[in-house]
Amino acid sequence: MADETNRPDDDMLAQGEELERRSAAAKLFDVRLVIGGLFVVYGVIVALLGLFDSAAEIDKAQGVRINLWMGLAMLGLGGFFLLWRWWRPLQISVPEPGADDDQRRPGGH
Amino acid sequence: MEIVAAEGLRLDLDVFDYLILVIYFATVLGVGFAARRAIKTSADFFLSGRSMPAWVTGLAFVSANLGALEIIGMAANGAQYGLMTLHYYWIGAVPAMVFLGIVMMPFYYGSKVRSVPEFLRLRFNRPTHLLNAITFAIAQVLIAGVNLYALALILDALLGWPLWVSIVVGAAIVLIYISIGGLSSAIYNEVLQFFVILAGLIPITIVGLVKVGGIDGLFDSVRDSRLGDQALHTWQDTASTANPLGANWIGIVFGLGFVLSFGYWTTNFAEVQRALSAKDMSAARRTPIIGAFPKLFIPIITVIPGLIAIITIRGLGAEEGDLVYNNAIPLLMNDLLPNGVLGVAVTGLVASFMAGMAANVSGFNTVFTYDIWQQYVRRDRSDEYYLRIGRWATVGGIVVGIGTAFIAAGFSNIMNYIQALFSLFNAPLFATFIVGMFWKRMSAWAGFWSLLLGTLSSLTLYLLYLADVVPFNSDLEESFWGAGLAFVTAVVVAVAVTLFTPPRPENELRGLVYGLAGPTTSGQAVLAADKVWWRNPVLLGTIAVVLAFVLYIPVW
Repeated sequence: MADETNRPDDDMLAQGEELERRSAAAKLFDVRLVIGGLFVVYGVIVALLGLFDSAAEIDKAQGVRINLWMGLAMLGLGGFFLLWRWWRPLQISVPEPGADDDQRRPGGH
Repeated sequence: MEIVAAEGLRLDLDVFDYLILVIYFATVLGVGFAARRAIKTSADFFLSGRSMPAWVTGLAFVSANLGALEIIGMAANGAQYGLMTLHYYWIGAVPAMVFLGIVMMPFYYGSKVRSVPEFLRLRFNRPTHLLNAITFAIAQVLIAGVNLYALALILDALLGWPLWVSIVVGAAIVLIYISIGGLSSAIYNEVLQFFVILAGLIPITIVGLVKVGGIDGLFDSVRDSRLGDQALHTWQDTASTANPLGANWIGIVFGLGFVLSFGYWTTNFAEVQRALSAKDMSAARRTPIIGAFPKLFIPIITVIPGLIAIITIRGLGAEEGDLVYNNAIPLLMNDLLPNGVLGVAVTGLVASFMAGMAANVSGFNTVFTYDIWQQYVRRDRSDEYYLRIGRWATVGGIVVGIGTAFIAAGFSNIMNYIQALFSLFNAPLFATFIVGMFWKRMSAWAGFWSLLLGTLSSLTLYLLYLADVVPFNSDLEESFWGAGLAFVTAVVVAVAVTLFTPPRPENELRGLVYGLAGPTTSGQAVLAADKVWWRNPVLLGTIAVVLAFVLYIPVW
C-alpha cells in the first residue's frame, strides 16, 4: 500500500489493513430481503384495504382507487427485490487478497 | 377545498394506518439488531467494513439528503417560487454529485482516510484537522436536534402527539439502531427509507394531479393563479432579479450551482461517509453518481405537490397558523389520501426524519471517535476500546441532540438560523479542499488559515445580516453572497499564506494531490473505464449531467 510507504508514521491508517482482515462485514445480511419483505407486507395490507374501500374514500381520492393501485405497486416492488435476491443470491465471499471483486462479489447489480 | 383552520392538519388515522407505522418501526429496529453480528471491529462499525455494493451506497447517499426538512421545505419552495425550485435539484445538486464521484472520490477513497477531516490531517496539519473535526461534530449534533424538533412539530400537528413523546420516541429508535448496528444499520435503513418515502409521497402527486386535471391542467391553473406564468419557467427571467426566486443567473450558476452545492455535496462527511463504505474504488466513485439519478426526479414528489397545493388549498401561504407554506404536503395528505396510503405517507415522513437524523448521528460518532478521541484524547488503545467509544459517542450525541431540540422548541426561528449557518461553513471548506487538491505547493498552514478566515468571513456577514447592518432581499440572497464571500476569502488566504510558508515535501502528498499520483489516483487509474460500460463512473456521470440539461428544456 502506498500509504504505508509514503506515510510510515501514520499508524491510524496502517491499522486499517489489519482491521480489514478481522472484519465481520461478510456476515452482514442481504438488505434486499428486508426491502422485499416489508413491501410485500405493505402491498398486501394496502391492496386489501383498496379492495374494500368505501365510496367516500374513493371520492376523497378523486375517484382514483389509490389504495388498490399503490398496494399492487408496492407488492410488485417487494416481489422484485425478492426475485432479484433469489436470482442473484449473496455468496459468502471469502476474502482473497487481490481477488477481482468485479466478478466475484454479487449484489453489485 | 375548504380547510377548517383549527383542526386543519389533524389526520384521522385508523388502526391500519397505525399498523403500517408500527411495522415500520419494528423493521428499522430489526435491521439494527440483525446488523450487529457483522460488527467485530471499529471499521465494521464506522465504515461497514468497506463492503457495501454501489447500489446500496448510492441510494443511501441520496436518502441521507432526503430528510424531512428537505422534503417539506422543497414542497414549500415549490408553492412559493414555482418551478425555479428545480434549480436546487438540477444545477444545484447533480453536477456536484458527479464531480464528487469522478474527480474527488479517487483522493478520498484512494488515500484510505476514514473521514473527511482525516483527509485534511494528511493534506495539511493537525490544527486544520482539529478545527474541521470540532466544527463538524458540533454542527451534526445541532442539526440532528433540529431534525428531531421538526419531527415532533409535525407529529404534533398531524397526530396530536405531545412534543416530548415524539422527541423521545424518535431519538430512542435512531439511538438503538445505530448504537447497535453501526453504519451498516444506518445505510440499510436509509435504503429502506428511500423506498418508503417514495411510496408515501407518490400517491399525493398522483391524486393531486388527477384533481387539477393532469400536468396541463396544473400549469394552466398556475398561470391563472397569483404565481403567474413566471412560476412555470426556470431561466427565462433570470437576466435580472425580477423573478420569483429574486436571483439572477449569475447567482444561480455560481452561488447555488457552484459554491453552495459543491460545498455541501463534496465535503459534507455525512454524505461522503456513504461512499467511503463502498466495497471498492469503482463502487465508491459510482455512489454519488447513482444517487444523482433519483435526485433528478425527486421534484416530482416535492415541487409538483407544492404547486398542486397552491392551486387546491385556498389561503395557503399565510404568515402563520396552519396555512403556512411548510404545511403544503401535510395539508395535501389530509385533503387527498384515504386511510391506507395515508398511513404509508405518515410513515414516509417519519422515515425521512430518521434518514436525515441517522446520517448526522453516524457522521458524528465517526468523527468524534476517530478524529477527536483517538487523535487528541486517548491514543494507542485497542480497537475494541474505540468501538466502545463509538457506541457511547452515539448515545452522547443523541442525548445532546435531544437537549438541542428542547432549546429549539423555545426559539422557533433558531432552527432556520442553525441550518443556514452551517450551510455557510461548507463553502470555505470546499475552497480549502479544491485548492489543496489541485495545487501541490499549498502549505499546511495555508489550509488552517484559509479554513478559519473563510468560515469567519461568512459568519460575520451572517451576523451583520441578522443585526440588520447589511441588508439583503432574502435569506436566500444572503446565503449566495455569504457562501461566495467565504469561498473567495478562503482562496485568497490560501494563496497568500502559501507564499510565506514552506510547502510540504512532495512524497508526503502522494495520493492526496492532483499530479502526485498514488497507485489508486494516477491518471490511468482514474480514467480507466470499468470493464462494462454501465459501471463506468465517467460515462454514468456524463449521462446524469446531460439529463439535467435536457430536463430543463421544457421548463426553460
